[in-house]
Amino acid sequence: MSEEVKLHGVWASPFSYRVIWALKLKGIAYEYVEEDLSNKSALLLHYNPVHKQIPVLVHAGKPICESMIIIEYIEEMWPDTPLLPTDHYKRAIARFWIKFADDKALSVLRRTLYTTGEELEKAIKECLEILEIVEEHGLEDKKYFNGEKIGMVDIAFGSILYWLGVNEEVLGVKLLEPHKFPRLHKWFHSFQEVPVIKENLPNRDNVISFLKGRRETLEASST
Amino acid sequence: MAEEVKLFGVWGSPFSRRVEIALKIKGVEYEYIEEDLANKSPLLLKYNPVHKKVPVLVHNGKPIAESVVIIEYIDETWKHNPILPQDPYERALTRFWAKFIDEKCLPALWNSTWSKGKDREAAIEEASQHLNTLENELKDKKFFGGEEIGLVDIVASFVGFWFGALQEVSGLELLTEEKVPKLCKWSYEVVNQSVIKENLPSRDKLIAYFSARFADASK
Repeated sequence: MSEEVKLHGVWASPFSYRVIWALKLKGIAYEYVEEDLSNKSALLLHYNPVHKQIPVLVHAGKPICESMIIIEYIEEMWPDTPLLPTDHYKRAIARFWIKFADDKALSVLRRTLYTTGEELEKAIKECLEILEIVEEHGLEDKKYFNGEKIGMVDIAFGSILYWLGVNEEVLGVKLLEPHKFPRLHKWFHSFQEVPVIKENLPNRDNVISFLKGRRETLEASST
Repeated sequence: MAEEVKLFGVWGSPFSRRVEIALKIKGVEYEYIEEDLANKSPLLLKYNPVHKKVPVLVHNGKPIAESVVIIEYIDETWKHNPILPQDPYERALTRFWAKFIDEKCLPALWNSTWSKGKDREAAIEEASQHLNTLENELKDKKFFGGEEIGLVDIVASFVGFWFGALQEVSGLELLTEEKVPKLCKWSYEVVNQSVIKENLPSRDKLIAYFSARFADASK
């Protein structure tokens, strides 16, 4: 597939990273375009008029939006190194967990990032409940959600847990504790050791500063 | 292999009706089980321990939850009469619009009916914007899926049918010919497709249900 692949993203976004991981796992060459979300490019607005968000994948001039939808497209166009099981039932279960990650886990991550005081306490409590659900029902006894190798569900949860982990440092709260969530903790460690993931993470200190700065602004405006 | 397909649903739920529409499009025989959400069956709780919701499809004893996930499974398992397009780019667009409808339109339309005060005003504003977005996406197509209904039309049946009923009860005027003419025409066409028409709940029953709920909410 020699047509041009471009990815419009943002350095601090878990959604950008999801797509980067999928492209790298499949060895797909692409051009990365860093967007400035406070000053969105005309091109971004043209490619994603509905949400005006990143990431956007542009393949042979055609834009695709929404990180997990982009990855399903990548999966269908470049089937080598599959990120979804071939069995229909297992695929349905994978899609179920992808939806859970984006509906529930992501929403609670956002609230731990953007709330203070009582709302933050509530978000933290909910976060632990969500982790418990994934611990109990999601992983079973597999090494990764996708089996022996990482796939779309691992990418979905991995991106969320990475940002959650950085936020734990910012908040001074431990959420993904090994004694509470042994399977998830072990999985997350293995996930981060996968070479493509390890070599494609944002600079942790930069993300910490970025989130700290945001939190300071938030706390200041809520007093 | 003898196929055993069961669907756990609720008569008034757009989500469980979507799955029924998909099964009917494929001509798949299934056993329907009506759940009482105020008194969920042990079987439902066993099959959907994470969300404890309908719909749940059980195929040869294996459960699948989440309406769009179920429909994608149905489409992959029974390949005739496709519900999603074959082309990967078209599939990406289909999934995008289905997600937009479920994550943005449905909550805004629902909240514009049930919330109060400033929240309601904001929801109405948002719902109007989303309906316009759908109007623009429809362009000159008969259905979102083109000449035939597809996943987006099935998902958007909430807009076409359920919201129509909600509007009647609440007095809101968002889905009107004046504001969104193409969407109204689409909604008429889609609701009159036999596979959809025969698998929608009774409009009268739905209106009675919403009216009672609206009356309670206004107290």
